[in-house]
Amino acid sequence: MYIEIRTLSEKFGKFFLTATLLLSFTLAHSQDENVEPAAEETTEETASEGGGSDELIQVGVTVYEENCTQCHRFNSVVVGPALKDAHTRWSSKEELLHFIQYPQKVIDGGENAHAKELYDQYKQYMPNHDFLSDNELEGLYAFIVAESTNPFHEVEKAEETLASADGSGTGGAGTGVSEEFLMVIIVILIVILLSIIVALTLLMGLMKRFVDSRDDISEEEREYISPGFNLVAMLRSKPFVNTVVLLFVLFALKSGIDGLYSVGIQQGYAPTQPINFSHKLHAGMYEIECQYCHTGVTKSKNANIPSANICMNCHNSVKVASPEIQKIYAAVEKNRPIEWVRVHNLPDLAYFNHSQHVAVGELECQTCHGPVEEMEVIQQYSPLTMGWCVNCHRETLVKAEGNEYYDKLMEFHDGENAGMTVEDIGGLECSKCHY
Amino acid sequence: MKEGKKVYWQGLEQLNQDPEFLKYADKEFPEYLPVKEQKNGQPEDSNVDLGTDRRDFLKLMGFSVAAASLAACEAPVRKAIPYLNKPTDVDPGVANYYASTYSQDGDYCSVLVKTREGRPIFIKGNKMSDVTQGSINSRVIASVLDLYNKDRLTGPKTKGQDSDWKTVDAEINQKISSITNSGGKIALVSKSVTSPSTLNLISEIQEQYPGVEHIQYDVNSNYGIRKGNEMSFGVGFVPAYDFSKAKTIVSINADFLGSWVSPIEYSRQYAQGRKVGKSKKKMSRHFQLESLFTMTGASADYRSKIRPSEEGDVVKALYNMLAAKTGGASVSGGDGSYNYLDQAADELLRSKGKSLVVCGSNDPNVQTLVNGINYMLENYGQTIDPSKGNTSRQGDDRRMVDFANGLSSGEYKGVVFLNCNPVYDHPLGGKIKEGIKKALLSISTAMVSDETAVEVQYNCPSHHFLESWNDSMPRKGSYSLAQPTINPLFNTRQAEESLLRFAGRDDSYYDYVRNYWKENVYNAETAEKSFDLFWDRCLHDGVHEVETPSEEGFDMVPVLISESMGTAASGISAEGQGMELVIYESHNIGSGEMANNPWLQETPDPISKVCWDNYISISVPDAKEQGINQDDLLTLTASGKSVTLPALIQPGQTAGVLGVAYGYGRTNSGKVGDGIGANVYPMAGSDGYVNYSITKGVSLAKATGTRKLAQTQTHHTYMGRDFVIQETTLNEYKKDAWAGRSFPKISTYDGKTAPKNISLWKGHKYPNHHWGMVVDLNSCTGCSACIVSCNSENNIPVVGRDEVINRREMHWLRVDRYYSSDSDHWQGGEVPSDNPEVVFQPMMCQQCNNAPCETVCPVAATTHSTEGLNQMAYNRCIGTRYCANNCPYKVRRFNWFKYHDNRQFPDNLGMNNDLGKMVLNPDVTVRSRGVMEKCTFCVQRVQEGKLTAKKEGRKVKDGEITTACAEACPTEALVFGDMNDPKSRISEVLSSENKERAFHALEAIRVAPNVSYLTKVRNKEKSNQA
Repeated sequence: MYIEIRTLSEKFGKFFLTATLLLSFTLAHSQDENVEPAAEETTEETASEGGGSDELIQVGVTVYEENCTQCHRFNSVVVGPALKDAHTRWSSKEELLHFIQYPQKVIDGGENAHAKELYDQYKQYMPNHDFLSDNELEGLYAFIVAESTNPFHEVEKAEETLASADGSGTGGAGTGVSEEFLMVIIVILIVILLSIIVALTLLMGLMKRFVDSRDDISEEEREYISPGFNLVAMLRSKPFVNTVVLLFVLFALKSGIDGLYSVGIQQGYAPTQPINFSHKLHAGMYEIECQYCHTGVTKSKNANIPSANICMNCHNSVKVASPEIQKIYAAVEKNRPIEWVRVHNLPDLAYFNHSQHVAVGELECQTCHGPVEEMEVIQQYSPLTMGWCVNCHRETLVKAEGNEYYDKLMEFHDGENAGMTVEDIGGLECSKCHY
Repeated sequence: MKEGKKVYWQGLEQLNQDPEFLKYADKEFPEYLPVKEQKNGQPEDSNVDLGTDRRDFLKLMGFSVAAASLAACEAPVRKAIPYLNKPTDVDPGVANYYASTYSQDGDYCSVLVKTREGRPIFIKGNKMSDVTQGSINSRVIASVLDLYNKDRLTGPKTKGQDSDWKTVDAEINQKISSITNSGGKIALVSKSVTSPSTLNLISEIQEQYPGVEHIQYDVNSNYGIRKGNEMSFGVGFVPAYDFSKAKTIVSINADFLGSWVSPIEYSRQYAQGRKVGKSKKKMSRHFQLESLFTMTGASADYRSKIRPSEEGDVVKALYNMLAAKTGGASVSGGDGSYNYLDQAADELLRSKGKSLVVCGSNDPNVQTLVNGINYMLENYGQTIDPSKGNTSRQGDDRRMVDFANGLSSGEYKGVVFLNCNPVYDHPLGGKIKEGIKKALLSISTAMVSDETAVEVQYNCPSHHFLESWNDSMPRKGSYSLAQPTINPLFNTRQAEESLLRFAGRDDSYYDYVRNYWKENVYNAETAEKSFDLFWDRCLHDGVHEVETPSEEGFDMVPVLISESMGTAASGISAEGQGMELVIYESHNIGSGEMANNPWLQETPDPISKVCWDNYISISVPDAKEQGINQDDLLTLTASGKSVTLPALIQPGQTAGVLGVAYGYGRTNSGKVGDGIGANVYPMAGSDGYVNYSITKGVSLAKATGTRKLAQTQTHHTYMGRDFVIQETTLNEYKKDAWAGRSFPKISTYDGKTAPKNISLWKGHKYPNHHWGMVVDLNSCTGCSACIVSCNSENNIPVVGRDEVINRREMHWLRVDRYYSSDSDHWQGGEVPSDNPEVVFQPMMCQQCNNAPCETVCPVAATTHSTEGLNQMAYNRCIGTRYCANNCPYKVRRFNWFKYHDNRQFPDNLGMNNDLGKMVLNPDVTVRSRGVMEKCTFCVQRVQEGKLTAKKEGRKVKDGEITTACAEACPTEALVFGDMNDPKSRISEVLSSENKERAFHALEAIRVAPNVSYLTKVRNKEKSNQA
């Protein structure tokens, strides 16, 4: 008899699970659908704006993003002045472009009053940009003009969202599934669940009463239907004790092994640093390239923690009064380097080279270091274990195209589908990292 | 090898099948030896039961538990400290190279210094130098460790008390003025100064203070050559020799590959004449007549034994033979007959103008006759270039003796010892020591508180050469610059700058050198337009060559004063009585100035293979006659001085001659060098010239007891397996390029076959690189620069004397020295040890393709890479030592102890204090106790080179990746490269030699090594003729 009851409840459970799964899939799908049009919209916008010199502006955008954003914003003063309406502040286009190329020369020449004004205000020279081609300069100019007259550009939007992210963050509505819809679904689900429980309880009581009322069942069966409960006997029973002991041993073993495996792993390690430096602010909000400070990352095994002179590139005029920045000043004055706490501690027996991974492998910093741009305090994101390294070497394809070094290996692995992973070219060999 | 098979033996123990040798010959590890800590540096008696007792076990147990729980705690906080203001040229993690100059004790070498984060960590030869051409020796490589010597003086001292520069300068200035004003003399004593700027500065000082005399001396003096040239040509100079142009070389007691004049330069030249190949089947012929067994003698084709007292007679005999054949006048004497001398004379005449006769004697008369010989052979302007005089040893022995006498008689009121230590390294050191006390002013600029520095009033410690600016002109017209590669570590001051201050001047020595170059070296017409550009280029290159106008007497072919020959011949008066003694320069230790360098101390002597000790080498018949065994303590008396040292029985040494090296017995060199061996400088003669050959009044007596010598050669043997060495003669080789090769056959079911046809292994694929090495046995001179270079590059620990005796040296690369003799000799006839031939074989991990070590590792800690490397993962190794047991070449080394941060290994300077650790290569792990290690083919360099190529998106260029040993080899005997690259040098060598001289060591066992050897070819008429 009870068998039937079980099958019934099983069936119901299955149905319930399937329903939930289906629901969640539809939800996920609807999320995707909602996002896509938004992306299309932005690209359209960029394309439609700016009139005839679209391409030129696009060049300008690239130049702006690669060269200017470290010190300039469009609407706000950072290290240098805001770029909005910059073209109106200079007497001619040529003058502005010449200044961009050779700022120090123009300022020191003393003939240009505006240049001098700028220097008096910001107290530092902009670096020379004589490497920019004429086309790039034209593009930059076109971009500044277009952006100043029609301030609805991708770049501007990015700034806006950043600003709002910094604030209370209310502007996020409209993306994804509406919250109300979600709530309704959850409420409905809960109601369904509750009613099922009620129904089942009622059913159980009903059946028990029905069985109880029958006389033709044995004492044993009756015991089964409504068992007498003896707590002490149960606690002392051998199976129970054994089970508990076994569970305990298993648990202890598991946590012991886990503990051993985690010895020396510092994932999530986020020590207090001598200066409260925020990557979220610098890398996230101001979008300063990682390489701007970590200069060694493409040429050395060390990415390099920036020396104080790199901080001073900006902080000789930005937020000078801040007590945190004053610590840098103090270090320079006392001629004592800043003693940062090392976050990523690879054991001495392992050799790791940043330039191999960043310059040759073209990996993003975030692949190993995680979303640094969101970290107020820098922390170790990845476990940095050998298993973690090796896994990546198994999965990652070698960036071999266009690199003559790999030609021979490409030939060798030609015909093997799915490309050439690091493992394929000996990336798991001991002496790649241990020597 | 067609007639009687040659017998190779590594030492007399093996030749005589000594029971002790046999006992350990087949053991990879001497299991009887104590692993327990040694007390007071003495190995414990091996008979004592060394089992751990219960208490020890409990202690260990407790410690392990504590350690394990500690390890489980939070990892220690590590700091990352960036530069405050990063220098533009320095990127942490990227090495910078600076050209500089090593000029010390008569050795000149243009070098490239590798620095990491501003620390010099490695020195290699500078290929841009015309003089040294990238050649280097062990002392130059090891000098980087001296920079981080904890025993260096950290600041100025007055009478042993710490002082400051201002006070010291004021006091010295005052004393100098008062001495010179009263007409007193001040002696400025130095070793040979090769720096033109310094010499200029000294002459300026002499103008300022006319009482200042500059006295130069050399430990390994060339006074005889200089004086001999004065006698025969009227001008004193040491010419430039060119061994590469010489077809016939006759050397009479001149160890020109080891210690004679400029061995760094000559090694490279000599090798050029010795290399053979498919396209060059000729080589120079080298006759060596010598008293001891030197490295140069080991490379010679014909070697004959003479007594030091016969040196003059040999030269006279050769002179007369040549004179007779060219119709010249003979000189008196030269009556003795010497092995091979007739043949040498014939061949010298046949290669007139392309021959070279050199002699190690310091007697001006002997050198005058040698000049006469070379003159007859028309070698001037060909192999001898007087216009490019060698300046690295220009000391004046006679003036130095006069100085010693003058100092002790109170003639000199003041004395300045400029980076020299004559109290220790001059025969009259004792006299100088007494004399210093009489001087009103005595100053030493030594880096450490050496034997002279402890006697003087003022210590003005100089910088290490890697902290200094300087220049050098090792031979006329070749300039060289030295630049600092690190900020001064201590409050020291460059000796030259001290001189400027003593003269009351404020300018820096850097400005002084720069100005000197501006005025004297720079020539706007031939060089760059601006001096700044010129200076930058010279700093970058490290060297600068100029055409010098020839001065009088420095013509290419000078005019011989023929009367001088007769005078010289009658002036030679050496007469031997009884035992004779030769005091020689040990190849690694040199003058003893670098005795505190543990890398050098632990590098075995090329011939005797003894490290960490000084010994009396005695010939086999003498030892037999006097009942002397190896390691017996002997008391040697000569010139009224006695030393007690252990005996070393040296095959090939002339009977009746004893040899002792100078450079030992230091008392104030530092912790490592003090108390090793005995000082024999006082035994040398100083009558007229410094004479290291004592031919009279030498006596030898047995002292009580023994002292075990740390001798490495028999530590690693091949279990009687043959064909490690293969050799032939030039004539055989010309007829058949396969001459001397052996082709082992393996018996199989189908009959005999070559080992390469059968294999247990499947083999490996090498899709991209296949690293390999070729070692030319013909050009290896056994100099051991490779060993020191390897130590420096790969952070190899120094284990110390006792551990070497325990057969636990850690060197990844060893140079095996094999003696050989014909089996005819073996079976009676001549004694094999009488005058054996020598082959040197550098032996490192052979990176086998079928590696026996890989298959036996239970934890796969040693595996094969896709580039042909036999990899060793230290952190995976659990120390079973199976791999070492299974290695047929015996090149794996086990870390019996933790050698770093361990007070029990005080000799391991580079790993036991913070200062010393600065020399470590940050790219190579410092191995810990209990793991196996071995040569990696400098995998860190391979990885770095590949990465550079990848970053630049190109293929690896040949020659851009090379190992430390190949880089250091002065004779370019080692070639490293990618065997998969058909255009690489190694591929070219192998493609032409594969069917000729290239062989694998122990070919029969078919482990398929990636290291190939090229057969040794001797330029002899017949193999080992008597």
